[in-house]
Amino acid sequence: MKKNNGRLLTIFALFVYMFTLVPLVIITGAAFGSDDYLRFPPGGFSLKWVENIFRVEMFVRTFKISLEVAVIGTMLALIVGIPAAYALSRYDFSGKRFLQGVFLSPVLVPGIVFGFSLLNFLIIKYQMPVYTSLLIGHTVIIMPYIIRVISSALENFDYSIEEAALSLGAGKIKTFFIIVLPNIASGVIAAFILAFINSFNNVPVSIFLTGPGVSTLPIQMMSYVEYYFDPTIAALSVILMGMTIILMLIIEKTLGLNYFTK
Amino acid sequence: MRNNKLVYLLLLPGLLVLILFLVAPLFSTIFQTFKGETGLTFAKYSDFFTESYHRKVYFRTLKLALMTTVIAVILGFPTAYYISRVSKRIRGLYIILAVFPLLTSPVVRSFSWMVILGRNGLINTLLLKLNLIQEPLRLLYNELAIVIGLVYLFLPLMIMSLVGVMENIEEDLVEAAESLGATRKEIFLKIIFPLSIPGLIVGSVLVFTGSITAYTTPQLLGGSDTTVLATLIYQNAMSLFDWDTASVVATIMIVTTVVITALINKLSSKLNA
Repeated sequence: MKKNNGRLLTIFALFVYMFTLVPLVIITGAAFGSDDYLRFPPGGFSLKWVENIFRVEMFVRTFKISLEVAVIGTMLALIVGIPAAYALSRYDFSGKRFLQGVFLSPVLVPGIVFGFSLLNFLIIKYQMPVYTSLLIGHTVIIMPYIIRVISSALENFDYSIEEAALSLGAGKIKTFFIIVLPNIASGVIAAFILAFINSFNNVPVSIFLTGPGVSTLPIQMMSYVEYYFDPTIAALSVILMGMTIILMLIIEKTLGLNYFTK
Repeated sequence: MRNNKLVYLLLLPGLLVLILFLVAPLFSTIFQTFKGETGLTFAKYSDFFTESYHRKVYFRTLKLALMTTVIAVILGFPTAYYISRVSKRIRGLYIILAVFPLLTSPVVRSFSWMVILGRNGLINTLLLKLNLIQEPLRLLYNELAIVIGLVYLFLPLMIMSLVGVMENIEEDLVEAAESLGATRKEIFLKIIFPLSIPGLIVGSVLVFTGSITAYTTPQLLGGSDTTVLATLIYQNAMSLFDWDTASVVATIMIVTTVVITALINKLSSKLNA
């Protein structure tokens, strides 16, 4: 049994949690206001700003692009990431630690620097299309999440099952798809969700990789805020928070939220 | 040695992606900044720092990041200690409530402070109603707004880093100290704090480097006279089309984060020794 916390400490912790949560409650309140400009507390209740999201064509369009980039980027990162994660956790070889570091390195590079470098290198120097570059950028930033989550799923996998399948004559590739992959399925789902969230919310990389007809939802939201100060963004925020809650439920079911304190 | 071949085959696609699309673009950007008319030169860096505006932006960025980190530690440490001591079920709830903002879009989270600090926001409305002010205060688009936004952004990260370490502190240790007559203060200073240092280091590195490189928050909550390194890169690249300066700032940002991470890590290994 743990000892009780002091009263002062309890009050302090509750105060800190209020600080982290109240702004999100306020934004929810502002989303359902009836005023024409953003204010809190709102003058009355209305759903018109939620409706307005779907009337602003660029939000609908960039939402689709964000969704597409996050899903395709995550798929690509899974395709190159799963074999790497498997190699890194299954085998011992020289330079293993170094390579582990290399695969996790995108998370250490400041997004704004990476985004600018991609613009510099892919779009300006090699004349790559903006959309392709955006997809590539997201694939790279997603990679560390895939490697880390899949590797930790593989740590818990009992490789003797794989040995058994191999000794019974199944080929290496067949064994991987029939034995290994199904056993780490929840890890793959968790990796997918985490990667998806990070791609979908990304600003600093995407902001350099936009062009005519190509932009993501967060970027569009930022430029909207610069010109309009009405509750549309608040309403959109509520929808995004709803999405986050659903994805968190999936993470809790697959990975467990304790993952974040590791 | 058959395995070795297989290993490299499995790693190859991922490595290729990283080399072509991460290492090459970064090196190309960094290399550009050292290229002079004849050979390699540091001229672009001395030019950059000669301008007082650039120095101001650089030190502002460091100052805001330092303030953010200190405040995050002050708020996060006691909170994490509290969370690590409640029952497992309630701890899970606290962790969920800290992870939720972490997974919510930074645009949404910065925007929420525009609603609170704005002209018609919560604070101004409240102060006007109470007749404490006659005119709405200008709370947005300054350094304070950026610090508030950054603390808000990174506090959950600090709390999670600390809880991860603190929940592994053996309760037996605390009980043993208690039975030997140690006071609460002594227990905190001699057991809890020293054992929490690894989490404190990880949290501080994450928050400090995160604050130095943050773009969304200073862009939304800061104004034209509170430019930081990240917004300076963007302005130079996208508004001024000054690619050289943008590349120089990008390189400075990388060097700064690497140096600071190394310094904090070195400091921690010294403390542990």
